[in-house]
Amino acid sequence: MQTVSKPITPAVLENIRKDFPILSRKIHAGKNGSGGKDLVYLDNGATSQKPQVVIDVLEHYYKFQNSNIHRGIHALSQEITTEYELARKTVQKHLNAAHDYEIIFTKGTTDSICLVANSFGKKYIKQGDEILVTGMEHHSNILPWQLFCEEHGAVLKVVPVNNQGELDLEACDRLLNKQTKIFALTHVSNTLGTINPVKEIIRMAHAKDIPVLLDGAQAVPHGKVDVQDLDADFYCFSAHKTFGPTGVGILYGKEKWLSVMPPYQVGGGTIKTVSFQKTIYADLPLRFEAGTPHIEGGLGMAAALDYINKIGLDQIAAYEHDLLEYATDKLSVIPGLRIIGTAKEKAAVLSFVVDGTHPMDIGTLLDQQGIAVRTGHHCTQPLMAQFGIPGTVRASFAFYNTMEEVDKLEAAMHKAVKMLL
Amino acid sequence: MSIEEIETEVKEEFALFGDDWEGKYEHLIDLGKSLPKIDPQFKTDDRLIRGCQSKVWLHSRLENGKVLFTADSDAIITKGIVGLMIRVLSGHRPEEIINAPLEFIDQIGLKEHLSPTRANGLVSMIKQMKLDALAFQLKV
Repeated sequence: MQTVSKPITPAVLENIRKDFPILSRKIHAGKNGSGGKDLVYLDNGATSQKPQVVIDVLEHYYKFQNSNIHRGIHALSQEITTEYELARKTVQKHLNAAHDYEIIFTKGTTDSICLVANSFGKKYIKQGDEILVTGMEHHSNILPWQLFCEEHGAVLKVVPVNNQGELDLEACDRLLNKQTKIFALTHVSNTLGTINPVKEIIRMAHAKDIPVLLDGAQAVPHGKVDVQDLDADFYCFSAHKTFGPTGVGILYGKEKWLSVMPPYQVGGGTIKTVSFQKTIYADLPLRFEAGTPHIEGGLGMAAALDYINKIGLDQIAAYEHDLLEYATDKLSVIPGLRIIGTAKEKAAVLSFVVDGTHPMDIGTLLDQQGIAVRTGHHCTQPLMAQFGIPGTVRASFAFYNTMEEVDKLEAAMHKAVKMLL
Repeated sequence: MSIEEIETEVKEEFALFGDDWEGKYEHLIDLGKSLPKIDPQFKTDDRLIRGCQSKVWLHSRLENGKVLFTADSDAIITKGIVGLMIRVLSGHRPEEIINAPLEFIDQIGLKEHLSPTRANGLVSMIKQMKLDALAFQLKV
């Protein structure tokens, strides 16, 4: 899959940025469209921007390919079915899954987790059993399990996080016990940037025969993920955070689990035969894909994955590492600024607070200067409670961000802090 | 001054800034910092208007047929806008408050702070100010 790619130098970056039309737009332009600030987009953790190749795929689909997949005998339907299934293979290769039918198209990471919580949960998790999550989970990897626990009398357990934003692995080992039926954790923290040692954790869980689900929403956009090497039982991510369209995501599941899990949402496409007495459900993956899917979204996601593979996943990881180090150094000099999340292994996410200021005020003043960051609790309220803060300002980077943009962030931060204090 | 007259005054005040976002926001921050403190006894959870990110506390009382508001916020820009709302609405009769169009926020270029995505509790605060006024109107 991976071609030999060049390091992301300023010259390479200049070309990459041309692939993303939105990166050249102005923010807060005057009423006649004049003036305005260059967009500095540092909210990639929320959603990433889309390269022209992805936009082209969506447009081409509606102009020339639109039809429904899987059951049509006409040319358009067959053509698009073939392409959609090729997109599945692209995802399979990208994650290095053993089989294409282990790749389920969903609406996104949240939907993928809900699927496993409900389907796997219904089959394997009984009253008194335990589900393990961690203290750094996004709400979408807490709530599906919490709701399941409330409905089925299971117990939600939580691996604690230390003050650097790393998981307490000793506690983790202790909490993985005979009652634990599944361990669901994030690969990369959306708030702290922590890259969890998931391979080691999976080994730890598997030694006790406990399957592991990884929330990869913040991992797949930033580097290589190999589900077989990790030996993950389930792996979830969203296309829109990975330079693809919104409304589509992936659940990878090992065949040994997916093939015995009951359907979650049912409807057209999920069946072999239906009668009022008995319905026989389809084989994988269709059994878990109820209704007409986000067809063009699937194609767009494949285009996005092809695109980042062309740039090179290792190059992306290396360049983003440099960006993060540079940004960490730059922001550290701002008086009163405290970085939240100082794990040894971090993805390009920089969360911070400034003493005496509210994150939202900082965010507002950065926005006025054309800089898009996220402020608030980032859907990780338990984590905010642990750090004793209402929220953070979060700058989250992608490979198309530049060192100059980090400089702009630093200058804008100096101005914002000066105005507020 | 009527609500409308105060709105005009605020609009004129902000018109001076033109495209100068810095001046405008410095002014808002100053307004936030100078907003009279709410009596701590009213800064309670039942008076809390929870935005997704910042919080606003609102207290209202009726004096001589006029509604008086005090408020606070944990975010200073939000507090500045809260201050503007109080300046415009406080000290007026309930029905004036209920009927106030409050278009000035949009006209002084702070519309984005009232969009639901801003998550600052301001939209809910305005609603609460009007609801409180309505409750007083029913009492009088």
